Amino acid sequence: MTRVIRDTRLIFAASVKETLRNPVWVIVGLMQPIMYLLLYAPLLKNVPGLGGDDAYNVFVPGLLIITALFSSLFVGFGLIEKLRSGVIERLRVTPVSRLAIVLGMVARDVLMLLVQCTVLCVSALFFNFRPDVLGIVLLYGLMILIGIAMASLSYGLALTLRDENALASMANLFTLPLLLLSGVLLPLTFAPQWMRTIADVNPLAYAIDASRALVAGTTGDPSILIGFAAFAVLTGVFALWVTRSIRHAVA
Amino acid sequence: MNIIETRNLTKTFTSRTRGKGAARTVEAVKGVNMIVRDGEIFGFLGPNGAGKSTTMRMLATLLVPTSGQATVGGHDLLREPSRVRERIGYVGQSGGTESSLTGRENLMLQARLYGLSAAEARQRTTELMETLELASFGDRLVKTFSGGQRRRLDLAMGMVHQPALLFLDEPTTGLDPQSRVHLWAEVRKLRSAGTTIFITTHYLDEADALCDRLAIIDHGTIVTEGTLDSLKRAIGGDVIALGLDVQNGSVKRAQDLLLAQPYVRNAREADGGISLVVEGGESALPSVLRLLDGAEMPIRTVSMARPSLDDVFLHHTGRTLREAAE
Ligand SMILES: Nc1ncnc2c1ncn2[C@@H]1O[C@H](COP(=O)(O)OP(=O)(O)OP(=O)(O)O)[C@@H](O)[C@H]1O
Ligand SMILES: [Mg+2]
Repeated sequence: MTRVIRDTRLIFAASVKETLRNPVWVIVGLMQPIMYLLLYAPLLKNVPGLGGDDAYNVFVPGLLIITALFSSLFVGFGLIEKLRSGVIERLRVTPVSRLAIVLGMVARDVLMLLVQCTVLCVSALFFNFRPDVLGIVLLYGLMILIGIAMASLSYGLALTLRDENALASMANLFTLPLLLLSGVLLPLTFAPQWMRTIADVNPLAYAIDASRALVAGTTGDPSILIGFAAFAVLTGVFALWVTRSIRHAVA
Repeated sequence: MNIIETRNLTKTFTSRTRGKGAARTVEAVKGVNMIVRDGEIFGFLGPNGAGKSTTMRMLATLLVPTSGQATVGGHDLLREPSRVRERIGYVGQSGGTESSLTGRENLMLQARLYGLSAAEARQRTTELMETLELASFGDRLVKTFSGGQRRRLDLAMGMVHQPALLFLDEPTTGLDPQSRVHLWAEVRKLRSAGTTIFITTHYLDEADALCDRLAIIDHGTIVTEGTLDSLKRAIGGDVIALGLDVQNGSVKRAQDLLLAQPYVRNAREADGGISLVVEGGESALPSVLRLLDGAEMPIRTVSMARPSLDDVFLHHTGRTLREAAE
């Protein structure tokens, strides 16, 4: 157990260093949410029923959730590159804990995600974004859960598919429908019944509702509990899957 | 003491062919039996696809054998893989360093993963950078390294924890002659320090220059194993290479003619000519020339030599290593 923690810290530190040395990632990662803020949010402002000046308090929470989703779902590319270049093979001959290889990378991904979200929140303050303080703390907890779930899913897919193109197709296959059915880009109030039915079982939709409730400070909202529970389960499932895959692939 | 012993080590890959449903199997390694002794440089020579990497990856705990057994460093490969890992270092065919980290950072991480404390790791890293002469470029990002510099770092990575046995998979492929000689010197230094080295190569001169003993592998089977001298002596004689005028289809006829001579041990077609193994080359050569001249088979070139590893390969497989690679 101490071995796992020690190795996780070592892999985490090396991964962070690697990421920071890739300025393209850093710039794109930080620019993306700001682009949404600058280029998409103003469109929403004038949509009737979205509450004019309050638009950012509705839109930013959703944006935070999809940022968590997007930025974590593509981390598997890095692992495929490592599988191909022999990095993983070299690690496998060392006594390093197999679990720590994944944990260290997931920890890095979550850290990057939190930095991204913080940049987003702080910039949004300039646009009249006024979150509830306790709510935003809890929201960070939810984003950590989503980050772990999605990064695990991505690494699991990477270990199974072992091919960049296949991973990209898979990730896109997931994201677009999930996104449209979650009500983050446009609220589902205007959606036909069948879409709303699907949204009822889309965990992302709950996470977004939860995120909005937290930002609004209505901490009693039932969607919060459902959102946390849904992602706790998903996190458990995906983390278990990736742990098993790495033990198999990297025995 | 034998640091490696294998019994009928076998690996069969099953790969799903895209589109068609049928599974294809590749018998990469077919029942390898071999011994590597403590403290030697053991060479594993064979053409592309012979099964060198597959065998090495099984011995380094990276691949589970389909069947067979092995002990590595005194531990059973299948039952105690983690004990085996403690005793070995492995440098794969593609290296496996992190290209966005510096050489020093790679070594530090590797050392820490092997359980060294931060201070110990720093000391070991500095030490390795000095002995392997990485100091002048080791603090740059690995992606800026030349091929030779990268290979030297790879070697250092495998040595971090001072393993008793070091696996090197084609460590000099793609290097210029000077870097190759440099790397050989490092490998010899390691052996003098008591490390056993298991090295794969498809270069004859590398096997010749570096190895104490070697095994030749072809199509997943070990065709012969022994010291360089014993392998060459086993051919039993000198080697005469004849270049014939192939146009008139004389090779086969010349081969039959030569095989009928008492002093000819063996005659094989090779590279469009004939490779002869004869007893007492100096006296046999004039007879060979007279014989073919009398039969009106024009000889274009003649050379005679003590057997080389290429002759050993030809002797056991019926092909030259160069032909095998094609
Ligand atoms: N994962 C795999 N799946 C299917 N076939 C494989 C796999 N790995 C190796 N092979 C096949 O096994 C055979 C032996 O491969 P191996 O890599 O051991 O050869 P090698 O002697 O190291 O060759 P080289 O000199 O080119 O490195 C080849 O035919 C190769 O295509
Ligand atoms: Mg190979």
